[in-house]
Amino acid sequence: MDLTVGPNQFFWEAPVWAAFYRTLAEAPVARVVLGELVCSKRLPYFQQEIPAAIEVLLAAGKEVALTSLALITLKRERKLTADLIGMGLPIEVNDLSALIHIPQGTPFWVGPLINVYNEGTLRWLAGRGATRVCLPPELPLASVATLAAEGARLGVAVEVWGHGRVPLAIAGRCYHARLHDRAKDNCQFVCGEDPDGREVETLDGQPFLAVNGVQTLSGSTASMAHQVEALAEAGVNALRLSPQTGDFGALCRAWAARLAGQMDGAALAALSAAMAPGARLSDGFLTGEAGVAWSADA
Amino acid sequence: MAMELVCPAGTPSALRAAVEAGAHTIYCGFADETNARNFPGLNFSQEEMAESIAFAHGRGAKVLVAINTFPRAGAEPLWHRALANAESSGADAVILADIGLLAHAAEHHPGLRRHLSVQAAAANPDAINLYAQAFGVKRVVLPRVLTVAEIAAINREIDVETEVFVFGGLCVMAEGRCSLSSYATGKSPNMNGVCSPASHVVYAEEGSELAARLGGFTIHRTKKDQPAPYPTLCKGCFTSEDQTGHIFEDPVSLDASKLIPALARAGVTALKIEGRQRSRAYVAEVVRNFRAAVEAVAAGRPMPEGMLARLSEGQAATTGAYAKTWR
Amino acid sequence: MSADTSQTLPRLPRLMGGAIRPLPLMPVSLALSALSRKLSRDHPGMFRRLGEHGEKRFVLDPTDLPLVLLMDLRGGVPKITAHRRAPVAETRIAGPLSAFLGMMHGAYDGDALFFSRDLVVEGDTGAALALRNAIDDAELDLVAELAAIAGPLKAPLKAVLGLAERRSGLVLHRVDALQGGW
Repeated sequence: MDLTVGPNQFFWEAPVWAAFYRTLAEAPVARVVLGELVCSKRLPYFQQEIPAAIEVLLAAGKEVALTSLALITLKRERKLTADLIGMGLPIEVNDLSALIHIPQGTPFWVGPLINVYNEGTLRWLAGRGATRVCLPPELPLASVATLAAEGARLGVAVEVWGHGRVPLAIAGRCYHARLHDRAKDNCQFVCGEDPDGREVETLDGQPFLAVNGVQTLSGSTASMAHQVEALAEAGVNALRLSPQTGDFGALCRAWAARLAGQMDGAALAALSAAMAPGARLSDGFLTGEAGVAWSADA
Repeated sequence: MAMELVCPAGTPSALRAAVEAGAHTIYCGFADETNARNFPGLNFSQEEMAESIAFAHGRGAKVLVAINTFPRAGAEPLWHRALANAESSGADAVILADIGLLAHAAEHHPGLRRHLSVQAAAANPDAINLYAQAFGVKRVVLPRVLTVAEIAAINREIDVETEVFVFGGLCVMAEGRCSLSSYATGKSPNMNGVCSPASHVVYAEEGSELAARLGGFTIHRTKKDQPAPYPTLCKGCFTSEDQTGHIFEDPVSLDASKLIPALARAGVTALKIEGRQRSRAYVAEVVRNFRAAVEAVAAGRPMPEGMLARLSEGQAATTGAYAKTWR
Repeated sequence: MSADTSQTLPRLPRLMGGAIRPLPLMPVSLALSALSRKLSRDHPGMFRRLGEHGEKRFVLDPTDLPLVLLMDLRGGVPKITAHRRAPVAETRIAGPLSAFLGMMHGAYDGDALFFSRDLVVEGDTGAALALRNAIDDAELDLVAELAAIAGPLKAPLKAVLGLAERRSGLVLHRVDALQGGW
């Protein structure tokens, strides 16, 4: 297994964004997906940094792909998606409509926001040109194993969500704007105030979710720190680390050490929890009763 | 011609009630995890499906069978059998969401008309055209994230029919792309056909309040004599920093009845009513009112005055994403 | 539909509820067991529809009556018995008798009754939902069911129930049209 860094889900200022990818060039990860996933309105603020980020990552020997948006509705967004194809890098499809712009047989990747739940879907996508699929985070281990086996047969690399707040839902409505009593069209980019998402608790003060513009994330940070052996046995090819604030380079190095057998699950979990917003981890989608569950509590 | 009214049936008796109340088309599903309303006590056995379809056909109504969850890896034959059973029962179409299942249906049941479920969340012309080209989909149920103007624009760029929700429960999130329920309970719409399942709901009287919890998370608290909405996760009352309220959506239901003329102008073929979990009497009442409305619109008459006032009484209603301000 | 059915739902007048109080439970239970035998014979689909919830116990508590009903589905033979106090069960559904009867006969929407808390569920919510859906599909008609087991008393019973329905506002026969401000 190796490591993929997924697209940043949050809205960071351009210098912060650029510095993050310069750091990644030094990090022990095999590949990086970048671009805007959540909201097309954010893109003008950092898109000028994208070419340089690609350059530095390619120069460091990383595979690089560009993500599509997660929910494409506007004409401008469709045009943006079509333009991605001309960049000469693989596209990571996170809204199926991006596929219409990718000629049959051109290799592409499939992100965790595409519903790949079974062998039939994996087969169809492979036939269309998919070479790498990051599975939906809600899949249980049995499904992961079945799909990894099918992926191996089809020559499609299968990836699993390894670390980061889990993308649970996407909507037409912007919750950040709603929390500030603003319309989406007049959001004034308030999501930028919460670089790891904005906490949502229950009325009883239980930490629960996080909002990030039109996206809803898990409040806990998913971590497969204790599941590495099970995932390797299932035949999974890569784990996905999702960008967050803090020393992400150190997190990548810890994960690389874990995959190399130089660090155990407990040590990685301790480091991950220290970095996680609210210090809470979960891995319940894979083996637990519910997604929020954490196997070390069991 | 009047717009086609596509009405819910969770049981054979609700199907009969809807047909008798004037539904052009009924949608329903098998009593298992193949459909996205896999609720206790609901849905159709294969035998009931065949009888119900025969009943509907005898009265000139169509039946669409929803097989709109995402087949579990290693268990696809269950969904494949549902397709075969729908076809042998005489279904007029199947409503599908999963790519693999669409591919299977196109290959093995080419004569069975395919509709794209709202669970596929095809929200733009590119996605719809992709499903039409790849799988021969004839109609798409549009996700509830679009404005009427966007729906009109979509219809100008596609060759397949569109169907939109006009009444009933409202998903705030893009459907088929939401794991909130499984995060809290382990059961999801995509995998299990349930959202915020009753099996994980606990009500607890605490002081003068009733707390409604889902998977241990408090979704809302109500005073003892207040209505207590079902604890659907995205309609809950939560706190974020210094704000407390319905962060995702108020506990409202969709009522786009006033938009029927605009939706007709936008080129929409069919209007869909949500509510396979509602009683046969509720279904009949809603269907009667909407049938009168679509007939009036088709004849160029004004909509029946206050026709749905009773349906919305005591209940907040919204036109949802159809109005841009909702976002 | 949340609705303020609470303002429109008929409550059994105290006098009528009180009139039932001295009734010995034995004959009530006998009538109920005859009714449950008939239901399981004539509406097997209703019990099949309960699926995984078909082996559970339900307490039905009409809060304006001085008794509760236990519907015990264990062993595949439904038994309905009357009790002064609620016995142990997986699920308890409580509310005015009119809400139970109105839901059973299609006059009220079960969802609306649950949301408005005219009917309150405790315990296994999934089982309660299954029961509600199964009853809705069965298209029951209590007057017809009771008349069928009343033998020679059929005609007078129908007359008495008809009078009771008009006087009390209870829905005792199948109507299939929503009533009240739901």
